[in-house]
Amino acid sequence: MSLASSPINQTARAASTHLIQRVLHLDMLLLTLLALLAGIGVVVLYSAFGGEIEPVKGHIIRVGLGLVIMTVFAQIPPARLAPWAPVLFGIILVFLIAVLVMGQFGGGARRWLDLGIVQFQPSEIMKLALPLMMAWFLARTPIPPTFRITAAGLLLIAIPVGLIGLQPDLGTALVVGAAGASVLFLAGLRWRYLLLLFGLIAAIAPVFWVFGMQAYQRARVLTFLDPNRDPLGAGYNIIQSQIAIGSGGLFGKGWLNGTQAHLDFIPERHTDFVFSVFAEEFGFLGVIALMTLYLAIICRGLWIAYQAQDNFSRLLAGGITMTFLVYCFVNMGMVSGVLPVVGLPLPLISYGGSSIVTLMAGFGILMAIHSHRRMWST
Amino acid sequence: MSNQRLQPRAWRRWLVIVGLMLLPLVLLGRAVTLQLYEGAFLQGQGDQRHLRVETLVANRGVIYDRNGESLAISAPVQSIWANPQVLLDENADASISAVAELVGLDARVLEQTLTSRANREFVYIRRHISPELAEQVVALEIPGVHLQREYRRFYPAGEVTGHVLGFTDVDDKGQSGVEYAYNDWLSGVAGAKRVLRDRYGRNIEDVELLRDARPGKDLHLSIDQRLQYIAYRELKAAVERRSARGGSVVLMDVHSGEILAMVNQPAFNPNRRSDIVAERYRNRAVTDVFEPGSVMKPLAVAAALAGGKYTPETEIDTAPGYLRVAGNDVRDIRDFGTLTVRGILQKSSNVGVAQMALELEQGRHWQLLADLGFGQSTGVNFPGEASGHLTAIPTERPFEKATLAFGYGLSVTTLQLARAYAAIAADGRLPTPTLLANAPAVEGPVVLDPRVAKALRAMMVDVTLPGGTATQAAIPGYQVSGKTGTSRKIGPEGYAKGRYVSTFAGIAPASNPRFVAVVTIDEPDPSEYYAGPVAGPVFRALMSDALRLYRLSPDAMLERKS
Repeated sequence: MSLASSPINQTARAASTHLIQRVLHLDMLLLTLLALLAGIGVVVLYSAFGGEIEPVKGHIIRVGLGLVIMTVFAQIPPARLAPWAPVLFGIILVFLIAVLVMGQFGGGARRWLDLGIVQFQPSEIMKLALPLMMAWFLARTPIPPTFRITAAGLLLIAIPVGLIGLQPDLGTALVVGAAGASVLFLAGLRWRYLLLLFGLIAAIAPVFWVFGMQAYQRARVLTFLDPNRDPLGAGYNIIQSQIAIGSGGLFGKGWLNGTQAHLDFIPERHTDFVFSVFAEEFGFLGVIALMTLYLAIICRGLWIAYQAQDNFSRLLAGGITMTFLVYCFVNMGMVSGVLPVVGLPLPLISYGGSSIVTLMAGFGILMAIHSHRRMWST
Repeated sequence: MSNQRLQPRAWRRWLVIVGLMLLPLVLLGRAVTLQLYEGAFLQGQGDQRHLRVETLVANRGVIYDRNGESLAISAPVQSIWANPQVLLDENADASISAVAELVGLDARVLEQTLTSRANREFVYIRRHISPELAEQVVALEIPGVHLQREYRRFYPAGEVTGHVLGFTDVDDKGQSGVEYAYNDWLSGVAGAKRVLRDRYGRNIEDVELLRDARPGKDLHLSIDQRLQYIAYRELKAAVERRSARGGSVVLMDVHSGEILAMVNQPAFNPNRRSDIVAERYRNRAVTDVFEPGSVMKPLAVAAALAGGKYTPETEIDTAPGYLRVAGNDVRDIRDFGTLTVRGILQKSSNVGVAQMALELEQGRHWQLLADLGFGQSTGVNFPGEASGHLTAIPTERPFEKATLAFGYGLSVTTLQLARAYAAIAADGRLPTPTLLANAPAVEGPVVLDPRVAKALRAMMVDVTLPGGTATQAAIPGYQVSGKTGTSRKIGPEGYAKGRYVSTFAGIAPASNPRFVAVVTIDEPDPSEYYAGPVAGPVFRALMSDALRLYRLSPDAMLERKS
């Protein structure tokens, strides 16, 4: 008689599942997938840091902190969270303005706010605050949204996106914009509005190119279109990164054996470009595995949205999931040369604190939405 | 406000799902392109960026003297080089000035050098620095600044062997002298290894050894460092004492042709780059020609003796101290009256030797000079050797025949003179001079009747005996055969007054010769320019030490006793 099927063991397992799902309000499947992802992150970062253990320890601590935050957010029933949406949105908006006025300068942009005790990036929190706000706003209005509601929603999106774009931080602006737009879309945006929106974007784009973008951002886009314009300058990162990914081949060079990464050819190899380190060492098969993992998380998020019992929850769950999707796609896209370089970390793998906190908070909300359903259907 | 449930319409759900699938598909497509289709190409691109083939510098062979003394050795040194693409990147100013200060360069000049080669990957900053300085440069840890191990040639004897050895350039390639002549033998074959370099050009790992560096072969010279030094010291002293323009000494083994000493003034120190100017590094003994003058008389006498008309005791009337030949006068310094052939050599009578030469059958004297190697290179294999000048065909003009007899109308090198005297010393066998020890012995041709050679040596002993022109060249205990030459140099307006070349060529021990030495002093001060007092002492000092070091039995004892 194997241990797994003993009655005592079954009871214990049932008890632990009960503890995780009903008491801690965590979603087992999502938790498992996230833990797997974080595990891959630790392994890759160890290699990206060239076998240094100290920064990896710091990363593990941050992931742990993220899990705590996730658990905290999982405890809040969506109905309780909803009223806070406009408040949070308003506060972060004020912070965003404050950043532009008195933010910390770094890397050619003002992104950080020094609050005495902590330094933080308000734009990072906006990735969560905007979907919250949009979900709260659209859930209170007729669905599908009317033209006026749509216009108001667009304004809600445009203000934070514009403020973040002014920092300038194109990557975050993109994600925040996508987060807001996805909620609007999920709320049942009409086709003609959608087409109108695309038309508007197409019309604004050239103006934005000339007036809205910094020289370095324009250079990045041109570089994306043709990295060999300036192989040692602007195109350097993307060329080196593609070489790394390509060098991986089918099976990869093996853990800790990526030459491009270990010889310092890949820039930002433990933050934004960590994907190329992974791809070089684990090859095409590794990439497939990683993408499958991300996709599984996204599918779970969409399933949670589908199962949600009220509009606010559903829109929020959809928005958070879509944000995550954009996050993954933009990062891997830019590192592999499908998209211009905008500076976004790879969720849960890149080294860095603030993105993990927001992401895990988002997953906490997702879990809360799922675990605080009224239980009549189960 | 609406409480109606959001009903996802079927098309919208499908759109989300399709859209969702589309994005990963794009990434998947990209991964397939990069990793499966372009994988090999990109792998190659990666290798191009971090695999480099690096040269392994081969050690140059050591040059030894005949006794195993090191004359030229290669010492490992470091050179600093930079990758401008990295160095000019960030903090360029601070980095450049730090390096420049350390190695003693002007920061602005260095920056210009680097900027003008900004798209290269390799620029030397400073070559051949001491290991201590190299360590300090490494300690700066400036990205893009690296060391390269090289070898630098070092000549322990400096000036003493400078002319013979020559020197190498900064890449360790022979540029003159033996270093140049035997460069292929001395230089090794550089090896190569494949290394893994990081973005800043630092070597991370040796991947594979492609070719091991093969060190160059050692070279053993015929030079005897002890005699070389004595020759150097004595010549330097003589040139200084006589305020001469320059001078040369060659000491040769008469049988093997091995050169045991070869020095010149002005000297140069191959360890000091600033010394390398043609005026100083020329090996004058081989590269410079001059009209030899009376030192050639024994060869005219040899031709006469070989012709059979003359013996050493044949008497010739040299009165009244001059001889009119085809409208020109041949003059002695005074009227010697009637002299034997022996006396003609001892007193160095131009009139006497001219008379003999005019009596000789046409071409005989010229043929002997040609056989002795005048007008041709000696075969010593030294870069820049001069062949000197001898008329292409024997002259028929009496005056030219007469002047050729006392050493005008041809030009020779000190080495050629030494070789010709070696033939007299070696019973007529002409050796090929060589700077290599243990060179395969080549039997030279016999160009002079051994009996004539012997008779000539016997007569020439008188030159260093009381009454001769070179008593200063005499060595106690030994018989020395020799001959002086004091020739006028040609200036822009014919033979110049006050500009002479003073020469002494001698053979010792005269009864059983081993060495020949030729001393040439160029333009000694006109107050004392006769070869005996000018060149004689140098010969004596060098030859007496050579005889002593090689333990040659004195051959003059018996004569002195009797």
